[in-house]
Amino acid sequence: MTEPLLSVRGLHAGYGPFQVLHGIDLDVHPGEIVAVLGANGVGKTTLNRTLSGLLAPSAGTIRFDGADLTRADHAAIVRAGLIHVPEGRRVFPNLSVRDNLLLGAYARGRADRGATLERVLTIFPRLRERLAQHAGSMSGGEQQMLAIGRGLMGQPRLLILDEPSLGLSPRLTEDLFSLIATLHQDGLSILLVEQNVVQSLAIARRAFVIEHGHVALSAAAAQLTEDPRLRAAYLGL
Amino acid sequence: MISLSILEAGLVNGLLTGGVYALIALGLTLIYGVLHIVNFAHGSLLMVAMFGGWMLVEWAHLDPYAALPLMIVVMFAIGWGLYAGVIGRISGGDDRRILLATLGVAIVLDNLALVLFTGDTRTIETPYQFAVIEAGPLLLSVPKLISFGVAIVLALLLWAFMARTDMGRAIRAVAREPDGARLVGIRPGRIFALAYGIGIACLGAAACLLLPTFYVSPQVGNVFVLTAFTIVVLGGMGSFPGAVVGGLLIGVTESLGGLFLGESLGPIGISLVFILVLLFRPTGLFRAAR
Ligand SMILES: Nc1ncnc2c1ncn2[C@@H]1O[C@H](COP(=O)(O)OP(=O)(O)OP(=O)(O)O)[C@@H](O)[C@H]1O
Ligand SMILES: [Mg+2]
Repeated sequence: MTEPLLSVRGLHAGYGPFQVLHGIDLDVHPGEIVAVLGANGVGKTTLNRTLSGLLAPSAGTIRFDGADLTRADHAAIVRAGLIHVPEGRRVFPNLSVRDNLLLGAYARGRADRGATLERVLTIFPRLRERLAQHAGSMSGGEQQMLAIGRGLMGQPRLLILDEPSLGLSPRLTEDLFSLIATLHQDGLSILLVEQNVVQSLAIARRAFVIEHGHVALSAAAAQLTEDPRLRAAYLGL
Repeated sequence: MISLSILEAGLVNGLLTGGVYALIALGLTLIYGVLHIVNFAHGSLLMVAMFGGWMLVEWAHLDPYAALPLMIVVMFAIGWGLYAGVIGRISGGDDRRILLATLGVAIVLDNLALVLFTGDTRTIETPYQFAVIEAGPLLLSVPKLISFGVAIVLALLLWAFMARTDMGRAIRAVAREPDGARLVGIRPGRIFALAYGIGIACLGAAACLLLPTFYVSPQVGNVFVLTAFTIVVLGGMGSFPGAVVGGLLIGVTESLGGLFLGESLGPIGISLVFILVLLFRPTGLFRAAR
């Protein structure tokens, strides 16, 4: 197997005395979609925040593309191409769609920004129609598209998506999953945190189930989908 | 009965004065919009800028308008340094502590100025300080015209910077969504220092525009800062157009108030306009695009 793009070992992190992650081990290989599953409050977002440098780990290592990013600051992590589309979108509500997208390339600078913008707008024609609109006045689904578009503007090598389907209608959720599949076919590596277990497993290659701050199960997505005992034990399905 | 020409003169005069008010308020509203605190050091830093300009004029024999670009740079550096070295450090990002830190800076600067310059009032002399040009029935003060023009140009430049550059976008982004900003690689601490620096740089410009027609003393900031606070609240806290329109409105109100009510009662006019605006628009004239 190839060298992993992202390799996490023994990661501990949390909020002051309140530790949430107690030694996470996780790999993402180039071109893979990896699903991270787990109950509410188990620490999936905490993991994403730690990977993207918003939260400092208390122990463990994060290697990305051969470099040690454990202590790297968030700007260096973005520049390395590890880009996090957060839970709750976090678009800039007071900025136009266009300015939101342009800021997605903030860490990279202006070189080839126009071409990237063009590519993102081709993926999201709806954003092109609304370039001048304030992001805060868009619908939840549009804001999610914008959040992903902003992430793509940074030319990610690994895209972390934290509950992108949260609050979307079933139809929009379906669109979203086919979009994720398309991005993956274009070669993007994706770490997908989702509540839509069935749909996530359908597009992911592998899945990690987090329980009590540990990886309780790491398996091929197909295996997790097909084995009724695993489904019952880890996903409550 | 006040004749029409006097009324016109008062109106134009107020408008011209309002330009500088707008500039001072722009700095205040920018800092408020990003840091979400009222910069209590604003008046004191205006005073520092005026003394800086005064020294350049008196000691280096610069024209105040030639000193203006220099003072913009100097005040930007002072603002940046104050935030990066003192305010940001003391506060650790906590809003209440930022507020207190700016208050502390104000107290130190005010007293430092008293020690260095005593409480005396100083003025500069320029060949054009009493120059006027005729515009129809009106006599317009040349330094006030210049100050108005420069203030408006600077306000437009600042607006273009905020709207069209990545730094401007980053400042606006951090103001509302610091976590989202981090995720695109923006460092909010640097942006705060930048925004504070720009807000203070506005004072460098305002100081040089005021020098030809105003005095300098360690208390001079107080004269303007209350007006600037009024403008910021009246215009809509954090709003750029609000600061500019509010500045001009308050300039005119002050001038007409003085005309109708006399020097001592004139300021009542400002309070009246203030109360009226907030009565009908409690968030100010412009809802800040925040
Ligand atoms: N800023 C914070 N300060 C303190 N505790 C926090 C903070 N953010 C999250 N927590 C706690 O950390 C734990 C993990 O939260 P996290 O948001 O990572 O869970 P999650 O798996 O993403 O949940 P969800 O599926 O609901 O999004 C929870 O118990 C939560 O209450
Ligand atoms: Mg979460």
